[in-house]
Amino acid sequence: MPYIPHTEDDVQAMLAAIGADSIEDLFDEIPAHLKAGQLKALPEGLSEMEATALMAARARQDAGALCFIGAGAYEHHIPAAVWEIATRGEFYTAYTPYQAEASQGTLQTIYEYQTLMARLTGMDASNASVYDGASGLSEAVLMALRANRKSKSRRVLVPRSVNPRYRQATDAICSNQDVELVEVVFDAASGLTTPAALAAHAGDDFAALVIQQPNFFGGLEDVHALTDWAHANNMLVIAVVNPTSLALLTPPGEWGEQGADIVVGEGQPLGVPLSSGGPYFGFMCCRQQYIRQMPGRIIGRTVDLEGKPGFTLTLQAREQHIRRSKATSNICTNQGLAMTAATIYASLLGPDGLEAVAAHCHANTRTLVAKLTAIDGVSEVFSAPVFHEAVLRLPRPAAEVLAALAEKNILGGYDLGRDYPELADCVLVCATETRVESDLQAYAKALQEVLA
Amino acid sequence: MSGKSIDQQLIFELSRPGRRASAQAPKALPQQALANIPATLRRKQKPGLPEVSELQVVRHYTNLSTRNFAIDKQFYPLGSCTMKYNPRGANRAAMLPGFLGRHPLAPESHSQGFLACMYELQEFLKDVTGMQGVSLTPMAGAQGEFAGVAMIRAYHEARQDDGRTEILIPEAAHGTNPATAVMCGYKVREVPVNRDGDVDLEALKAACGPQTAGLMMTNPSTCGVFERQIDAIAKTVHGAGGLLYYDGANLNAILGKVRPGDMGFDVIHMNLHKTFATPHGGGGPGSGPVGVSERLKPFLPTPIVGKDGEQYRWLDTDDLPQSIGHLSAFMGNAGVLLRAYFYARVLGREGMIRVGEYSTLAANYLLKRLQAIGCTAAYPERRASHEFLLTFASEARELGVTAMDIAKRLLDYNQHAPTTYFPLLVPECFLIEPTETETKETLDEFIDAMEKILAEARENPEMLKGAPYTQPVRRLDDVKAARELDLVWKAPR
Repeated sequence: MPYIPHTEDDVQAMLAAIGADSIEDLFDEIPAHLKAGQLKALPEGLSEMEATALMAARARQDAGALCFIGAGAYEHHIPAAVWEIATRGEFYTAYTPYQAEASQGTLQTIYEYQTLMARLTGMDASNASVYDGASGLSEAVLMALRANRKSKSRRVLVPRSVNPRYRQATDAICSNQDVELVEVVFDAASGLTTPAALAAHAGDDFAALVIQQPNFFGGLEDVHALTDWAHANNMLVIAVVNPTSLALLTPPGEWGEQGADIVVGEGQPLGVPLSSGGPYFGFMCCRQQYIRQMPGRIIGRTVDLEGKPGFTLTLQAREQHIRRSKATSNICTNQGLAMTAATIYASLLGPDGLEAVAAHCHANTRTLVAKLTAIDGVSEVFSAPVFHEAVLRLPRPAAEVLAALAEKNILGGYDLGRDYPELADCVLVCATETRVESDLQAYAKALQEVLA
Repeated sequence: MSGKSIDQQLIFELSRPGRRASAQAPKALPQQALANIPATLRRKQKPGLPEVSELQVVRHYTNLSTRNFAIDKQFYPLGSCTMKYNPRGANRAAMLPGFLGRHPLAPESHSQGFLACMYELQEFLKDVTGMQGVSLTPMAGAQGEFAGVAMIRAYHEARQDDGRTEILIPEAAHGTNPATAVMCGYKVREVPVNRDGDVDLEALKAACGPQTAGLMMTNPSTCGVFERQIDAIAKTVHGAGGLLYYDGANLNAILGKVRPGDMGFDVIHMNLHKTFATPHGGGGPGSGPVGVSERLKPFLPTPIVGKDGEQYRWLDTDDLPQSIGHLSAFMGNAGVLLRAYFYARVLGREGMIRVGEYSTLAANYLLKRLQAIGCTAAYPERRASHEFLLTFASEARELGVTAMDIAKRLLDYNQHAPTTYFPLLVPECFLIEPTETETKETLDEFIDAMEKILAEARENPEMLKGAPYTQPVRRLDDVKAARELDLVWKAPR
């Protein structure tokens, strides 16, 4: 019996202690007509060797392509130590640290993570993670509605240059609470959210403005002007940021005169593999004054009965297991293991290492854009400076070109036509530090052939 | 407070300016490589990340890991959490390079291996739950609950049945249930539970009406017993036009034996990090797929994996225009789903049924033996499901020893404490779930530890109030933690 240790003697001894004749007797309170018959879809069990071989064949089927897709998930080099340590049984098979004395390893790691994220974003506080960047934005929107005492509105301004998947998830999660996301158009030349576009909403009551830096097109927004505009109009600022970029870019805590109020983002670039979209983790930071509106687990440092420092879950009065229907969110399980990996990753890279990663991503993307736009009919769409993604216009529909590239085992980028009908012949491309010169060359050669 | 007095220093305290783990990062580029980025958007000071060597990082986090209880080290009988063995084979399979390297937006032509696993997992989950459709996307139980209640709402709205504003929840329910109902825009009405642990059916009948959108319940309930009146409950709620939501936290108890679909549930979430043996990771990741009856299929969260002939493909909002939509950026916690798929393949049809059988055997054995050494069962007349409730109300009254004191003392006996003070309706309680993967010897060691602690409670109750004594720290001051918030380390000046 896989994973079940009982011998026939054990079973008999246990049944005797219970005073039952058979295991089936233990189900005698269940109405007989509810008992299930034979399961049909499940095949017979496999051995570990057989199941591994089956999955290895499936994994091989999908491997081997050269990937230039970003769009919210980024391939980075992950130091060997990161997952060797994160998957140690003591981290891997522990539960949420409810018994603090027996969970100091996990608790201290989260405290270090909170410190790390606060420093990277320039904010005062961090929680212990939420599910991913998109669900993080939904939590940030709900948090802003609770935190903004100057606004009675349940409307939030969300530029179209914000990741469309984040906007869709936030709408799906928040709309049942009568929250309305109001779009702001982007400038057709720069691809940025401009003061002119915001001016249309000046004086209206909104709880918050969402600012993504870099935005979905890779472009660098004028975050200072946008932040000051939002604060002048009594809105909170929700920053959505890429953590790798923060090694180079102004942290949200220093945007404009006062800085952003709530910061969220996808933590995946910090040492978490692409893995088909998860498990990743969403990070969430805020200014101290809003900490009681934060959802999710938060760890605090305190002392034990002997005055010795230690770590524990704190501010639990915000959470579902205490507050039930009045909780800040229903979240309980978060993404602890991915967050642990990110803490190890950031410690290994340090400030200089993370900056080097960010700089290589930027430089490789610039080189890729130069190579691809040298091909007839391919041009860069937006004028704004970018971090590590850029939008290219193709002489043919993007879907058709991407399919032809995929046949050459090159995943050439993200088809923007799905979310932006006006960009149907455009792709979003990305080249991180893992792409070397010959990779960029291979893409350019393949695209030339496809377009010939 | 000086960081130095922590016997495990913080990684930030190990940092020295200029120290680097230089093999880990690419070589630095000259600043002109960044000339394109406007100076006003550049960071003025480096972020305060630790500057440490690779060995320091490895040693620091390895040492930290040893300051944890974990299934790999200890018996971990947390009720309603299903801390069963997490197979290492599942971990290795999910971490195969082809799976780890697959971009979530890779085209279907480069995803057939992954999609095949996900499609089959959907089919397996339908089979074991008796539901008609499954979406794998919710990232944890609470997000699965959200998806489930959002589908109930979408269903009523699609029928223009707009007066349904209330979700009914038995008082023993997990806190996530009422929190979720509110996130979906509903009012919550709690339904009392009888002295024998079943729902008060008369109270339920009185609470049901044209305002009822649905009922959320766990079966077996968090009281550790099977709800015997489930047929009558389903009839009552359906009769009032409401739908029935199954919280899958306790699915391990009945896996393969009784299917929620056959009990009349319209929607269910599963916790794969419980029932399907994926690791809890110190607080996640989890995975909370949802299963639905025929009438809720159009509302499932996307994307879902479909099959055209021999080709697998994503079904998204184009195929399911009434879907409640995307709950995350991509398709869910794929790595967790792959582990669950491996587990399902190894267990197979026969193994699935054994999960419910042997977890129930272990719980009933542990209950009977603990009763024999003087523990008080909250529902002594009932069979245990895969878990059961003890109450230490009399110890608290007579000896001044609380459930928390006993829980902390268990740590000294190298046993993780059960769930304490939940459900709220039973005072001074333990909710104990041994799971099917523990040997009889391990269960017997727990019984021995409990017997010793009960003796200590009678002989030296003061000693228990100081427990634990053997852990890296003694009992922590939670009041100070909340009052003098220290959430982020600041270097001493």
